[in-house]
Amino acid sequence: MKEILRGFLKIDRRWIFLFVLLGVLIPLATGKGLHHSYPGNEVKLVYNFIENLQPGDIVMLSMDYDPATIPELDPMSRALLRHCFNKGVRVMALTLHPAGAGICIAVIDELLAEYSQPGINPDGSERPARQYGQDIVFMGYKPGTDAVMLGMGEDVRLLFPQDYAGTEIPPYHGDPKETSLPMMCDVKNYNDVKCVITISGTRMPEYWVAYAYQRYHVKIATGVTAVMFADYYPYLQTGQMIGLIPGMKGAADYEELINHPDRGMVGMLPQSIIHLLIVAFIILGNIAFFIVRREDKQEGKKGGKKK
Amino acid sequence: MKNKWLLLLIGIGMAIVVGFLSKFTFYSTGEGENMVMHNWLGLTAAAILTLGIFTFLYKDNPFYKFAEHLLVGSSAGYTLVIYFHNFVRPNLIDAVVNGFKKVGEMQSAGTYNFVDSILKNGGIWAIVPGIMGFLILFRLSRKLGWLSRYSIGFYMGTAMGIAIPVAFQASIIEQVRGTILQTATTTPTPVFNLDFFAALIANPSWSAFVLAVSGPLVIIGIFCTLIYFFFSKEHTGVVGVFSKVGIWFLMLGFGASFGATVMARISLLIGRMDFLINDWIKGVILPLFGG
Amino acid sequence: MKREVPVFICMVMGLVMIVQFFVPHPVSQAIYQTILKWLIIVVTFAMVLGILSLARLHLTKLRRGDKDWFYSLVAISSLFVTLLTGFFNFKITDSFIIEGWKVPFSFFTISFASGLAAGTPFMNLFEYIQVPMQATMFSLLAFFIASASFRTFRARTPEATLLLVAAVIVMVGRVPVGHMISSAIPALSDWILVNPNMAAKRGILIGVGLGGISMALKIILGIERSWLGGGGE
Repeated sequence: MKEILRGFLKIDRRWIFLFVLLGVLIPLATGKGLHHSYPGNEVKLVYNFIENLQPGDIVMLSMDYDPATIPELDPMSRALLRHCFNKGVRVMALTLHPAGAGICIAVIDELLAEYSQPGINPDGSERPARQYGQDIVFMGYKPGTDAVMLGMGEDVRLLFPQDYAGTEIPPYHGDPKETSLPMMCDVKNYNDVKCVITISGTRMPEYWVAYAYQRYHVKIATGVTAVMFADYYPYLQTGQMIGLIPGMKGAADYEELINHPDRGMVGMLPQSIIHLLIVAFIILGNIAFFIVRREDKQEGKKGGKKK
Repeated sequence: MKNKWLLLLIGIGMAIVVGFLSKFTFYSTGEGENMVMHNWLGLTAAAILTLGIFTFLYKDNPFYKFAEHLLVGSSAGYTLVIYFHNFVRPNLIDAVVNGFKKVGEMQSAGTYNFVDSILKNGGIWAIVPGIMGFLILFRLSRKLGWLSRYSIGFYMGTAMGIAIPVAFQASIIEQVRGTILQTATTTPTPVFNLDFFAALIANPSWSAFVLAVSGPLVIIGIFCTLIYFFFSKEHTGVVGVFSKVGIWFLMLGFGASFGATVMARISLLIGRMDFLINDWIKGVILPLFGG
Repeated sequence: MKREVPVFICMVMGLVMIVQFFVPHPVSQAIYQTILKWLIIVVTFAMVLGILSLARLHLTKLRRGDKDWFYSLVAISSLFVTLLTGFFNFKITDSFIIEGWKVPFSFFTISFASGLAAGTPFMNLFEYIQVPMQATMFSLLAFFIASASFRTFRARTPEATLLLVAAVIVMVGRVPVGHMISSAIPALSDWILVNPNMAAKRGILIGVGLGGISMALKIILGIERSWLGGGGE
């Protein structure tokens, strides 16, 4: 028995890789999925905040992530943008991560194509088509995290004289008819945005809290990878963050709340299977370890007595 | 050796084909409103690279090393391009050029004066940080590396000076306040709330007990965790007891973080598998065979 | 002079930025805004330095003919191709369609323009080569974490047991299946995150904040000078 368990503990790790692969592959290949993610309270805080905004309000969406974290953060970016477009909330998008520029362009282009025609929202209300320049502007990437966050508290034009495509940003309270970015006529600094939503795979949300919230008192909502979300509960409790969207589960929660299941919800069944698999691995590994250790101790005692 | 050169040729060929031709290599499925365009070439290249990197799970191999270095080079190039187009061109080059243009216009209009044309012309002054930034590049030189210290001194001093007050506010004052008051609510309430204990005594229940006890538990946890990180005194006696309690709270915190980390890593794998199955196999391969 | 003047600049800038935080006068704010703009420009070059350093490393390996010089050639080649597509916008001028498949044809024109718009060769290289590779590199960690959880995570001590129990509860509670098994599991998971986890993380946050402030003060006051770099100059 001990030898079997010892062999079990030393199993080639490629067998474990195979189990993990099958656990992810089978639900995705069969197309089976879960229909509910049971949204958490921290996600509902962000959803309720956006839901209570009025059409025409502006939010700042900072998509500060790289391709490595796309599976977790892209679904929540899309869900947030869909929610804003459904509500008529205007979005000033930017990125403080160099790799985020390409990702933002892809996400915004895709969603503008989806919302290029008038449609009906999930709650039955009608909505007009959404256009670049009117409902969303992407400012591009700027290096120098803290300086950019502080600079935007004075005037966004200090850092972003043009959008990502090189179009000049119009003056504050300028004539909207004389520019292809009329939305920016209503934005000077954080006083003109209802909140900053930062989607990040790095420590960026802490900088947003430290520089934007503490100095300029703009509300901060955060979407982060699951690795980091446990670290941000102190900020939620103090009110430095108004809400938190954690990882792929958070993205699935938000998709359920806006009634538009997407890649986040697709991932919930394989995620659940693998979590249960890993819990089983931990329990089985510890059971085998303790049995082998106990038998070793007993053998050690018997060996001692014989002497 | 032959295989490596073949790999390089394939890699460069792939870059040319994907980069230049993928925009035009679409095929459509469905009709009318249901038509969907699939970029078969780009998706196939992405799938080949994905599967190639997964081969590392079986054994380290030249294809994986090739992909790793391909990623390093293309990421570096991508970052440089983004810096140039999103920052250097609009905020430095265009700013300086527009600054000089403004001086020229003022001279032509006869309104030139030193204060407005030069001192208050922010565009021209952008040359100064441009030169300072250029000096940083001398860090790569052994002989002239000392030139970079002036710019780095400016950067370090400014960044540290900005960081001190905000770190104090965000990481210390607000966190200490949050330990005493529950500030996320509309009306701040004490974390150690005697009303919850009164409610527990009046209507004992499991949820009332948890609500009453959670606040003091949090305060004890924060205090004991800070005691654990105080290494100027040996962790014996009373300090040792508090330190031990601090370790328990840290273990609970790290356990939560570990569970969350597992979640994150699995999500990344799900994303790649979702791409392979739904985007590549179902979107490109199956339609190829009439599926 | 080569060491003292930079330390002096560091001290002056540090003190100026600390003082201006408390001074709302328009002159102070104007100086603050100018310094912010300058800081971003300087920071950009610092980041470019990292990339140039990487290129120099690989070029040195190529020149010396080190053991893995071929892979350095791959890195330099991909850097070059990406820069080329990023700074020159290549457009293919024609294509035709065979049975629903669009096939490229004809030659391309070259213009110096931003390659950042969707559909350009630069963005295609990003979307179909860089994104999948980077995402896949990180997704390998899922396999290793599963393997590690079986082979190495052992509840040898009471503290380790506490860590594993918390991890198991959070793992099961944070997925929908946990709610399906019992609504007590996600409730317990949430309680752990909001209470003991929050307490521990706050303790760490305060400690890190104090450490960061003391390090920043040491740099401003010239006590910590490692940023000057080596050399006797």
